[in-house]
Amino acid sequence: MSSIAAGPDKALRESTLPVLKGGYSYATISDKISDIVLTRPTHWGWVVGFTLTSALTILLLVAMSYLFYKGVGIWGVNIPIAWAYALTNFVWWVGIGHAGTFISAFLLLLRQKWRTSINRFAEAMTIFAVAMAGLMPILHLGRPWFFYWLIPYPDIMNVWPQWRSPLVWDIFAIGTYIMVSILFWYMGLIPDLATLRDRAESRFKQIVYGIVALGWRGEARQWRRFDTAYLLMAGLATPLVISVHSVVSLDFSIGNTPGWHSTIFPPYFVAGALFSGFAMALTISIPLRAVFGLKDFITLRHLDNIAKIMLVCGLIVAYSYAMEVFMAFYSGDQFEKYMVLNRMRGPYAPIYWIVLLFNVVLPQSLWFRRVRLSVITLFVLSIVVNIGMWLERFMIIVTSLHRDFLPSSWDMFYPTFWDWAILAGSLGAFGWLFLMFVRFLPAISISEMRKLVLEKKEGEA
Amino acid sequence: MKPAPTMYGLIAEFEDEAALVDAARRARDDGYRNVDAYAPFSVEGLSDALGFRKDKVALIALLGGIFGGVGIYVLQWYTAVIDYPINAGGRPLHSWPAFIPAAFETTVLGAALAAFFGMLILNGLPRLNHPIFNAPDFDLASRNRFFLCIEAVDPRFDVGRTRQFLEGLAPLKVGEVPREMPS
Repeated sequence: MSSIAAGPDKALRESTLPVLKGGYSYATISDKISDIVLTRPTHWGWVVGFTLTSALTILLLVAMSYLFYKGVGIWGVNIPIAWAYALTNFVWWVGIGHAGTFISAFLLLLRQKWRTSINRFAEAMTIFAVAMAGLMPILHLGRPWFFYWLIPYPDIMNVWPQWRSPLVWDIFAIGTYIMVSILFWYMGLIPDLATLRDRAESRFKQIVYGIVALGWRGEARQWRRFDTAYLLMAGLATPLVISVHSVVSLDFSIGNTPGWHSTIFPPYFVAGALFSGFAMALTISIPLRAVFGLKDFITLRHLDNIAKIMLVCGLIVAYSYAMEVFMAFYSGDQFEKYMVLNRMRGPYAPIYWIVLLFNVVLPQSLWFRRVRLSVITLFVLSIVVNIGMWLERFMIIVTSLHRDFLPSSWDMFYPTFWDWAILAGSLGAFGWLFLMFVRFLPAISISEMRKLVLEKKEGEA
Repeated sequence: MKPAPTMYGLIAEFEDEAALVDAARRARDDGYRNVDAYAPFSVEGLSDALGFRKDKVALIALLGGIFGGVGIYVLQWYTAVIDYPINAGGRPLHSWPAFIPAAFETTVLGAALAAFFGMLILNGLPRLNHPIFNAPDFDLASRNRFFLCIEAVDPRFDVGRTRQFLEGLAPLKVGEVPREMPS
């Protein structure tokens, strides 16, 4: 028996992996995290990433400018496929944001200690992803400068928003989501900004961090109110995350298009959102811990846990795929049946099969502990799932629209250069914001890590 | 000995959180009321030891949530029924199920805004200058040290006696906090 158990990962199998490597005190943990921002010289990997993402951000700005100048005709959209890349990007980016809120809010309520070292950058991921998502419907509006007409305000036209429209729900959901995410993130940052203020050497940094720290003193009563507010925000953000992607899914399921008009959409979309979001959390945390030497804080335990959540969400997504097919035939509706067969055998069939391969088949490897503890495999798999989930949204949007009820109005969608430019540009802008974040703000919550040091100390005593 | 008017208080520096909680409790028991404790993270039981048991943040958040939810629902009802009625396929003007999503989202938004700004305002933030920042070594309060300050406005405050009391708590050291930054 012992020969079977022996091996490089024997220790891993027999004991639970640590959330935090040992030997850290309040001082060393504070210094190690704040030095990334304050004193550590810029890593070459950061410079390379910054250059690349800056170029892509410029591409996004160019693509947006040309779009505003020329109109949505520069994309491959047409009638009947009036929605394509912009909405695919929108749903994909919002979904990525959800994992961040899930990590920071939901896992806080469940008292999962392993969230502590990843919640900060997961929240940053949320904000930047939702910012990219929020851009997409506005770009798609045709007259984007009128987007504020969705907001209820007493205007001189005497017109109010149509409250029965999911698009109006959308702006409330996304608007609330981004504001609450920013507040939650910033609130958690305040004590850490105070640490940076107190540890900064240069006058300029002291003043800048001092202003954004709002004069935080760490007084016991301040902490008490801070804790209450933080917990409340977590409690509010958790149902919010579910509601936001449910509303996003209602954008589709309220319509009567075959492939959209289904009650499974809200849970299906929420699970898909967490699936791709946790994949993105892996895509980001794996290079982050390598480049900034954070392997003591973001341990294999974190990667293992993220992979497990991905597996669960992936299974719910797989179930939803199966149900979509089943319900189409069970309903006996010829349009629903045709939609499913068209996805499997029609002109976009390769996308359907790639989606199944990437989102259902390959993630099953996560059942194996060896896969979950292999950093390289996880990284590759996270990218596979990201691509798979993007294609899934493309499939839902485009294959449903391109052949609806009336064969005479069927058409095909082919992306143009500008479709790709917006997608690539949004990826670049997301990466750019994230790189700026890790360079100027603490990517790990210092005050919560101190608490983790205390808990570790108490656990050992 | 009465304190000079330029003095904010006396401060003791501690090595760890247990010592600070203990010191806070003993200062309260000794009859001091204007006592502040500073820690680099949220220490369990510290605010209780200072006699601070109820914060109003939750109440404020509740009110904010109610205001947000009721406010947007009333706005939806008013605009859809009174000010701008549109007959969409014979559906009732007051089609309440369709009004739920915006009402839910705005409830969350109102509560979150109230929790955040309520916390800031009750905490007296933003306030960039504060006499406590003049305390020796206070930059460590956001790193690894724990501080207990007895303010000079406390009726029991007496420079000699309070200093003696603080030194009796076995701190790393005891210092004075001036009101103005010594130049």
